[in-house]
Amino acid sequence: MSLLVIAEVNGGALKSATLNTVAAAQAIAQTTGTDIHILVADENAGSIAAAAQAIPGIAKVLVADSAAFAHGLAEPVAALVVSLAGGYSHILAPSTTFGKNILPRVAALLDVAQISDIVKVIAPDTFVRPIYAGNALATVQSADSVKVITVRGTGFDAVPADGGSAAVETVAIPALPTKSKFVSQQLAKSERPELTAAKIIISGGRGMGSGENFHLIETVADKLGAAVGASRAAVDSGFVSNDLQVGQTGKIVAPNLYVAVGISGAIQHLAGMSGSKVIVAINKDEEAPIFQVADYGLVGDLFQVLPQLSQELDKH
Amino acid sequence: MKILVGVKRVVDYNVKIRVKADNTGVETANVKFSMNPFDEIAVEEAVRLKEAGKVSEIIAVSLGIAQSQDTIRTALAMGADRGILVQTDVDLQPLAVAKLLKAIIDKEAPSLVLLGKQAIDDDSNQTGQMLAALLDWPQGTFASKITVTGDGIEVIREVDGGLETVALTLPALVTTDLRLNEPRYASLPNIMKAKKKQLDVITPADLGVDVTPRLTTLKVEEPPKRKAGIKVADVAELVNRLRNEAKVIP
Ligand SMILES: Cc1cc2nc3c(=O)[nH]c(=O)nc-3n(C[C@H](O)[C@H](O)[C@H](O)COP(=O)(O)OP(=O)(O)OC[C@H]3O[C@@H](n4cnc5c(N)ncnc54)[C@H](O)[C@@H]3O)c2cc1C
Ligand SMILES: Nc1ncnc2c1ncn2[C@@H]1O[C@H](COP(=O)(O)O)[C@@H](O)[C@H]1O
Repeated sequence: MSLLVIAEVNGGALKSATLNTVAAAQAIAQTTGTDIHILVADENAGSIAAAAQAIPGIAKVLVADSAAFAHGLAEPVAALVVSLAGGYSHILAPSTTFGKNILPRVAALLDVAQISDIVKVIAPDTFVRPIYAGNALATVQSADSVKVITVRGTGFDAVPADGGSAAVETVAIPALPTKSKFVSQQLAKSERPELTAAKIIISGGRGMGSGENFHLIETVADKLGAAVGASRAAVDSGFVSNDLQVGQTGKIVAPNLYVAVGISGAIQHLAGMSGSKVIVAINKDEEAPIFQVADYGLVGDLFQVLPQLSQELDKH
Repeated sequence: MKILVGVKRVVDYNVKIRVKADNTGVETANVKFSMNPFDEIAVEEAVRLKEAGKVSEIIAVSLGIAQSQDTIRTALAMGADRGILVQTDVDLQPLAVAKLLKAIIDKEAPSLVLLGKQAIDDDSNQTGQMLAALLDWPQGTFASKITVTGDGIEVIREVDGGLETVALTLPALVTTDLRLNEPRYASLPNIMKAKKKQLDVITPADLGVDVTPRLTTLKVEEPPKRKAGIKVADVAELVNRLRNEAKVIP
């Protein structure tokens, strides 16, 4: 029995979270010694299929080309995955809003549990996953015949994007549900790196005071080639858009450097960034809990510190 | 139309949880429990739809131990009309919850079901999607806005790249995200009134659902702890250390 990875193709390109998911599949396949297949479901899927073919260690790319899959709607994609599920011991997808939307549907239709957000493979049926906002790690074992799994990207280093040459196979498309329709999307456009893939992230919280003040963060971010993030309070206050939220219910990140500016360090925020290699906290309150997890803490007013930081980075 | 909301009793989001010494789970004795924050948002949304005249009845359903009645009473105090508790001591996993809710929905026939996007204890983020699949309903997950249109709804969803709008035919299932609304506090008179509202208690056996867990938790551990590092005196020291000590910036 092979393993099936559902490629995240939202937006017409192969999303990098797919490469972390393949890494988790490889960790399982190491023990089972079986093949890994990737499913690419999209409209005009050709170029994405080519990108998937290039991932090393993939035996086969399954292509389902239809306008019905263009926006990654859960209902049709889940129906497609279920129609293919027969030959697979494991079905994996990234633990992104794309994967989380689809895989529980697949699991329920197959009458099996879904295992969310794994960060480690112990055995082909045993995985580690965070619970309680990452304040505990549970090791869970599945008794189901098919393991349906979402993979937390920060738990697995991405496999390389090229070097492979997998076979391609076009799959038959089953009857698809039509009760949901894509209407529109408002995708945040940014020249900066994506939060979940960035090496450096600088995030602002309620302490930033306004959306305009975020330019202080952006200036520093651009000097470092960093992504910009935010706390829930900053998003709820309308300073920045929702896609920047880091935390238990936002994005989970683990960059080399995470700089938290004007963020107190609530457990729900820490849940999203405490896997970072180096954490810097800039806060005027020396008692702020963020300092308990920071490698380097700077007590000060961010409105002075950020301009100084920007200047200091220019000196080299 | 009728709405059904799921309300789960969870360890309050402010509690700093501790892993049990024998690694079987987390400490729940003498810990404050509350309604899952996303479910408060679901109840609030249902009440607002009722206040806007679009909804006739709100049923709040919880599944779990006897104390989950408190969670249902909170929902009733916020404005739900009646409650159903599916009482069991079994540790219910999302698939079992979805099957139990489906059995209730088959009887109650609501047009809209609102669940939280995720329970903050197991952090599964599965139940709504599973339930929609079992019902063969469309789903609008991670909702930050719900608009009732003629015979369907439009849902704005919070997705990784920004926002997405989907149109769903009714009946439909929606899971709530944080920015859908700000839940109200129940007033004292409403808390008193809630005590008199109907709350039925049934069991999984009454619904004919097998709730045997599919996943076994082998152990629960503390994650590796981060230690507080050092305080730097100024920006120059910070940049110097990031460059030369941590080597994380060029
Ligand atoms: C179910 C649930 C899920 C949640 N999910 C998330 C999540 O995913 N992500 C998340 O971030 N939060 C989440 N939260 C919210 C979380 O509990 C906190 O409320 C939030 O993280 C606080 O954001 P903050 O640190 O920006 O604001 P605050 O806690 O208000 O902190 C602001 C900080 O800025 C400092 N400050 C103010 N002015 C200055 C200045 N001039 N210079 C320097 N420092 C200054 C203050 O000292 C303070 O420490 C969630 C909550 C719930 C209930
Ligand atoms: N035991 C339960 N009782 C009531 N609702 C539940 C229960 N478990 C899950 N739910 C609902 O399903 C949502 C998602 O839960 P989960 O899939 O466990 O993250 C929650 O926010 C609730 O609305």
